[in-house]
Formats: sequence, C-alpha cells, structure tokens
Amino acid sequence: MNLRPIAGVVLRQIYLLRGSPVRVAPMVSWVAIDIVLWGFITRYLNTVSGSGHDFVPTLLGGVLLWDFCTRIMMGVSTAFLEDVWSRNFLNLFASPLSISEYIAGLVITSVMTSCLGLLAMLLLATGVFHLQFFSLGLPLVAFLMVLFVFGITLGIFGSGIVLRHGPASEWLLWPLPALLSPFAAVFYPLSTLPQWMQAVAHGLPPAYVFEGMRALLEGRPFPGALLLQGTAVAVVELLLAVYFYGRVYRHAVRTGLLARYSAEGAA
Amino acid sequence: MPALTTNSDGKNTGSPADVPALRVVNLRKRYANITAVDDVSFTVSRGEIVGLLGPNGAGKTTTINMILGVLEPSGGRVAIDEIDIARNRALALKRANFAAVYAQLPGNLTVSENLRFFGLLYSIPGLRARVEELLEEFDLVRLRHTKCGLLSSGEQTRAALAKALLNKPQLLLLDEPTASLDPSAAQIIRERIKSLASRDRCGILWTSHNMYEVEAVCDRVLFLSHGKVLLEGNPRTLPGEHGSASLEDLFIRVAREPLSHDVGAEL
Repeated sequence: MNLRPIAGVVLRQIYLLRGSPVRVAPMVSWVAIDIVLWGFITRYLNTVSGSGHDFVPTLLGGVLLWDFCTRIMMGVSTAFLEDVWSRNFLNLFASPLSISEYIAGLVITSVMTSCLGLLAMLLLATGVFHLQFFSLGLPLVAFLMVLFVFGITLGIFGSGIVLRHGPASEWLLWPLPALLSPFAAVFYPLSTLPQWMQAVAHGLPPAYVFEGMRALLEGRPFPGALLLQGTAVAVVELLLAVYFYGRVYRHAVRTGLLARYSAEGAA
Repeated sequence: MPALTTNSDGKNTGSPADVPALRVVNLRKRYANITAVDDVSFTVSRGEIVGLLGPNGAGKTTTINMILGVLEPSGGRVAIDEIDIARNRALALKRANFAAVYAQLPGNLTVSENLRFFGLLYSIPGLRARVEELLEEFDLVRLRHTKCGLLSSGEQTRAALAKALLNKPQLLLLDEPTASLDPSAAQIIRERIKSLASRDRCGILWTSHNMYEVEAVCDRVLFLSHGKVLLEGNPRTLPGEHGSASLEDLFIRVAREPLSHDVGAEL
C-alpha cells in the first residue's frame, strides 16, 4: 500500500468538510440530541424507580457506545457515498489507487469524523448528566475497539451493497444500525431476548461488548471471555466484509458496472 | 500485430524510444449474447495522435474502459508503455491518464483542490509546483478557488485536461474532449493537445464524432463498427482510398454498412 493515494482519499474528505458546515453539523447534532434525550430519560427513571439503581451508566453509557459504533459506520459509508453522489468512480478507479488504499482512506476519514461525534457526546454526557465514562478504565478502551472494528465492518459491508446494487440502494444502508440494535442488547441483558434472537446476537460483536460492560458496572469480575469472543467475532466479520467488498468490486469491473456507475448515478 | 513479450513484472525491457505508449492485442469484451469489442488490436506510438472513430455503440468507450482498467476484458491484452495492465495495474495506470465528458471532476471541490486530490492519487512528486504549472498552462489561475461544478463547459474541460496531465502521462485517452465546447474553445483545446503530442511525446487516443476535428488533429484513425476495426489509415488520405469525398462521408458509409467479415475489403 502506498501512503500518498490514501492521503488523497482523506484529503478529499477534509476539503469537503472544510467547505461545508452542513456536513459537519450532523456529526455532532444527532449524537448530541440522543445524549440529551436519553440523559433526561435516565434522570426521570432514577427519580421514579425507587430501586436505587442508577440508570445513567447503563442507559446513557449504552446510548453513547452504540452511537459511537453507528457513527463509525456512517463515517465509512458517507465518505464512500460522496464518490457515488459526485459520480467520481471512473476518475478514482482509472487512477493507480488500489481498492485497499481506497478502503484505508475511508476508514481513516471515519476515525476523524466519529472522534468529533464521540467528543461531543462525552462533553454532554459527563458535563451535564455526570456519566463517569472513564471510571471503567482500560477494559472500556478494549470494548470501544471492538465497537470500532464492528462499525468499520458495517460501513464496508454497506458500501459493498451500494456498489453492487446501485446508488438507490443507499436506502438499505441507513436503517442497518436500527435493524441490528434490538439484537445487540444495548439496553437490556441478553437473557431478556427470546432464544432465536439470542442466537442472532451471538453473531454480533456489540452484544458481547454490552454484556461485558453491564458485568463491569455491576461489579462482577472482568469478563475476559466476553471480550475475547467479541474481538474474535469482530475480526472475522471485518475480514468477511473486506472479502465481500473485494468480490463486489471485481464483479463490477468484470460486468462493466463500475464503468456504467457514473451514468447510473445520474439516474 | 506482434504478441506482447514482457518480463515477470509485466514490463518490456526494450529501449524507451521503441516502446509504444499503448499496445492493444486481440482485445475482446463479451456480455451474455453481445460482443461489444471483437478481437481489436492496435498500437499508439509516442507522439502520435490516433483517432478512434465509429458510430454510437461501436465499442469505442468499451475499449477505452478496458484500457483504463475499469472493465475486465473477456480476452486479449492491454499494455501501457509495455506494462501489462492486468498484471501490474497501478504501475501501468501511473503512466496514463484520461479526460472524458462523462467523467467530470467532482463539482463540490475547487479546481486546485481537485488537482491536489488527483495529484496524490497519482503520487506526483513536487505536487504543489506541478499544480501551479498546470493552473498557469490551462489559464485556470483566477478559477483556482472556484468549485468545478460552477465552471462553464469550456472551463470544466480545461480543468479536466489539467487533471489528465498531472502525471505527465505517456498515454492520454480523450473521449470526446471537445464535445460540449464552442468552436473557438474547441480550437484552443485542440492546439494544446497537438502540442502535447509533439512537445512531450505523449501518445494520444482520441474519440470524436467531429470529422473536421479528427482530420485536423489525428495522425491516424481507426474505424470501429460492431466492435471490430474495419479501417485504419491517415484521415486525410483514407476517404480517397475508399472512394469517399470526405472523412464524414466515409464515416457515414462505415456506420450504415451491415457487418460482414469482408466489409473492410468492400469499402
């Protein structure tokens, strides 16, 4: 891999963000709205439950982590869609840029944009709703990494779907996190779900992360096995997503889809 | 047509002066029941401008897409500067570039942002100076901070040509580069491209439906119909050799001729 083409892909996204505040605003505003909404819900639940259970870490922490994962996915997908929207595929792929360099550029872009979202969420959640986010220490970083990898996986997979089925299929991409969230057990223990949903959840790394985080919050020993399982599933799925994208790209080159994409993008 | 002889890197070891900018050998593209390009072979020498002519659907853009590596051939080979594109895509494409009416630069970046972005994709050394040079050469200095989507057709063509020359290509592919220009702007662009071939020894493959332009610019033309090369020769003498009054008359005869194996001989 050559670093300069990767830098080119990232620089293009920086130019787009620099020149357009409307691209930056949603990165912060959506997650901020989520934190404010769930922040007040948790405050309310704390006052009415009477159980003494603090809902802030479980619910607000869950929202923050799930939004982080979703933002990572959106970061990859949106950077990819910028090339769809501007009908830039022919210019891109008729250059020496390789598919791995292109994906690397999308991932780096996503890291930058989602860090912005994460920062906004942390400021609000800790400053306004007193979420002790860093009290979990190093295990938190490990679990965040699993969510990061899964977000990248979803972004690459979603981009592959759009490349394969055309620009209109972006509407399949946006609801993907919402579709997965009930299975990811963000707000409730896995045992709450019926058996078939638990079976699906075992294929989703976030389910291991949220189960592990709840264990930590309840003061149980560090759930090393959950972290290992979650990491393994995340890595395998990332490799599968990269393989899927590579297959879709080769199919697009073989069938002429890539060459025709500019024309279809205008339709 | 000689077969490609390349070493293990897909690079011919012959002297640079003898090496054609482009060698296409027995190129074929078949989609299900349609043969879009059928056993096409030709070369483009350094400093030569070759016109690729033919009616709509003749296979010109399909041929160009295969040369650019965005469409996989069903058979045959393409070598840019004797580097086989199937074996060493990135290295081959570093020596080529293109401009086409259907592949405009992203309209949401300014002229200089686009040139820097593509310059990184092509790993251009001394990029800043090269961008300044091209802005001067194509009279784009005053438009450097203008978004490409806001440029007039002529300005967009100049910006696309500046991008196409970023890497000082050995091979330049131009798909109807003057299609949307007024006669005056088209003439200026033609002169610039002609000087490129003579000054920089760049091989140019040019498609156009403007036979006056082809006669004025091209050293040699290839008539393509139903995916086959039917005729090849000097655009100024070819019509007379085949009993036509002008290149346009010859084009019309080729376009209306039903395809048969000896159609070239009949003409």
